Amino acid sequence: MATPQTPVLDLDTILGDRERRIVVCCGSGGVGKTTTAAALAVRAAEQGRRVVVLTIDPARRLAQSLGLEELDNTPRPVTGLDTSAGGSLDAMMLDMKRTFDEVVEAHATPDKAAQILANPFYIAVSSSFAGTQEYMAMEKLGQLRGLMADGSRDWDLIIVDTPPSRSALDFLDAPKRLGSFLDGRFIRLLTAPAKVGGRASLKVFSAGVSLAGGVMTKLLGGDFLRDVQTFVAAMDTMFGGFRQRADQTYALLSRPETAFVVVAAPERDAMREAGFFIERLASDRMPLAGVLVNRVHIAGAKQMGAGRAEDAAAQLEEMGGHDLAAALLRVHAEVAETAARHRGVITRFRTSHPGVPLGTVPAHAVDIHDLAGLREIGEALTGR
Amino acid sequence: MTGPSDSPVRLHVVTGKGGTGKTTIAAAMALALAARGQRVLLAEVEGRQGLAQVLDVAPLGTEERTLVTDPSGGEVVGLSVDAKTALLEYLQKFYKLGRAGSILEKVGAVDFATTIAPGVRDVLLIGRVYEAVGRVTKGARKRPVFDSVVLDAPPTGRIGRFLNVNSEVSDVAKVGPVRNQADSITRLLQSPATAVHLVTLLEEMPVQETLDAIDELGTLSLRVGSVIANGVRQPLLADEDAAAVADQDPRVHESLEAALTAVGIKTGPALVAGLLQEGVDHVERARLQAEQHAILQALDIPVHALPHLSDGVESGELGLLADVLAEQEGL
Repeated sequence: MATPQTPVLDLDTILGDRERRIVVCCGSGGVGKTTTAAALAVRAAEQGRRVVVLTIDPARRLAQSLGLEELDNTPRPVTGLDTSAGGSLDAMMLDMKRTFDEVVEAHATPDKAAQILANPFYIAVSSSFAGTQEYMAMEKLGQLRGLMADGSRDWDLIIVDTPPSRSALDFLDAPKRLGSFLDGRFIRLLTAPAKVGGRASLKVFSAGVSLAGGVMTKLLGGDFLRDVQTFVAAMDTMFGGFRQRADQTYALLSRPETAFVVVAAPERDAMREAGFFIERLASDRMPLAGVLVNRVHIAGAKQMGAGRAEDAAAQLEEMGGHDLAAALLRVHAEVAETAARHRGVITRFRTSHPGVPLGTVPAHAVDIHDLAGLREIGEALTGR
Repeated sequence: MTGPSDSPVRLHVVTGKGGTGKTTIAAAMALALAARGQRVLLAEVEGRQGLAQVLDVAPLGTEERTLVTDPSGGEVVGLSVDAKTALLEYLQKFYKLGRAGSILEKVGAVDFATTIAPGVRDVLLIGRVYEAVGRVTKGARKRPVFDSVVLDAPPTGRIGRFLNVNSEVSDVAKVGPVRNQADSITRLLQSPATAVHLVTLLEEMPVQETLDAIDELGTLSLRVGSVIANGVRQPLLADEDAAAVADQDPRVHESLEAALTAVGIKTGPALVAGLLQEGVDHVERARLQAEQHAILQALDIPVHALPHLSDGVESGELGLLADVLAEQEGL
């Protein structure tokens, strides 16, 4: 099916390349990102890589198939793998709030950390701020890479799943958004008006800020601003560190040791999202490995078209006595039609994204329950 | 068919796991209600423009715009709710801020409120929907501007947090208008005027997520109106045939070959094996589908099944889904 313009996504080569340290699975919700990340991790480990896989909110069955029972931020060894090639696999689930708490604990004195952790505004931000999950996924990735680099863990490959965001792009924007939070003029002005450089604009801003502060107090109550102020004052010394780490992780993603796998499903919306993501990766100069299209229906009896099958079924029904064969032909007509539609969606995508390596994974009738299922998916998605 | 006012439900919140077609169902539901002569507001809150794509209309804006008119006199009005616009409208309405709004914008207060202050964003988004549900016509005989509002809500993974505006805000805003607004919204969401509809596929993972969402919504005192099983495939094989196919009974092989020959199709081993394998997969899928359907039917919640559309969701087929939904009770 491949032509020189549309290279095939060769995931085995990527997983086998010892220089690759990070594989990021991204894409819109419901396309099988987490399953793909888990299957790639099993495959890489059985081929000799020492892998850690970071999953985000996996379905219960999938978590169980990796032996994960609880969300506790700790990488745990996955047992039952074929380790004859010298590989290993640790798996973990991201605990967003715990990760945030750890960052605070690592960067502040014990007194200050305790003060921050108890602040109502911090509690709200760390557990529900739109974007916290994205940022904490990045933070955790940075931490895992750090453990790998300083030799405290002997991993040589990190595979990471991305949060089910509103948009697939939120993941890349997390550091910037955090930055705008920390550098937010509003927060700064609210808490330390004296720090603002004096220019003609100062007066306007002060007026604006006191107005804004007044409106906020009116809308949210006086406690709100007080909580924010205490929070910002306590966090002040940590801001630089936060910002720097976010920038470092972002830089990490653009290095050639990283590979992005954009996961999609053969439906219009999911493919469009995949297209957006590819463009975004290109404009941010992030290394794209390619697009993986999950759940592609392929006809078993390729020789016969849907129309021919329909006609034959109708003929048999008229003749009578061939109900089973007629039904099987109707099944084929349905499968062939779906397969043709999937082919069409993929062909259109290839036309509008020439040169982007693309791989397909056949649809499975059943869900994944165990390691064997993940292994099978791994084989399918590496085209073996 | 029920008239515009037979059901107490005025706000339909449609959610589901990613990839189950919740946006399609939200659009189909709005069309079904409009076909009864209702004036319906169809809103999205994530700026994805999914509704515009499903309905094949120009992107929705932050102003309400009529998308579809029905011969019955009903219509569907579209809206893409945006937190920033909602905040400025809100400030304008209650505080007559005028130009002060732009100052708030300039110093970053608007960004702060709409992206960073936890929960405030969701209160603003649902607040805009809440306003539309409660809006009445001007003049002596006041009646609702919209007979129903259909909300294409965030996916099941985030729906509890999204709808639980009260507790989200209570950590941050203990008093004041935002808190009061959150309280009023919660009253509407917990009343019989609101129904949450969960869209799923009849597969294990989405069904499990649906069950989890039902539990979560229950603890928040939110009422689940229905579970909508989308993309349901009709089993094509009779039960006894299905068993024979699944068991790979050699007689199936023989009768298939005989039948193909009877209609003049040249049979080869690859063709016959391919057809049989497709049959086995079909039976397996049908079995799983029936199993998942049974799990849902054991719940004390109406379950509606919508047929699989072979051509995906182009507009013509959307009408078909709307027709099926229109016949369901409880909408």
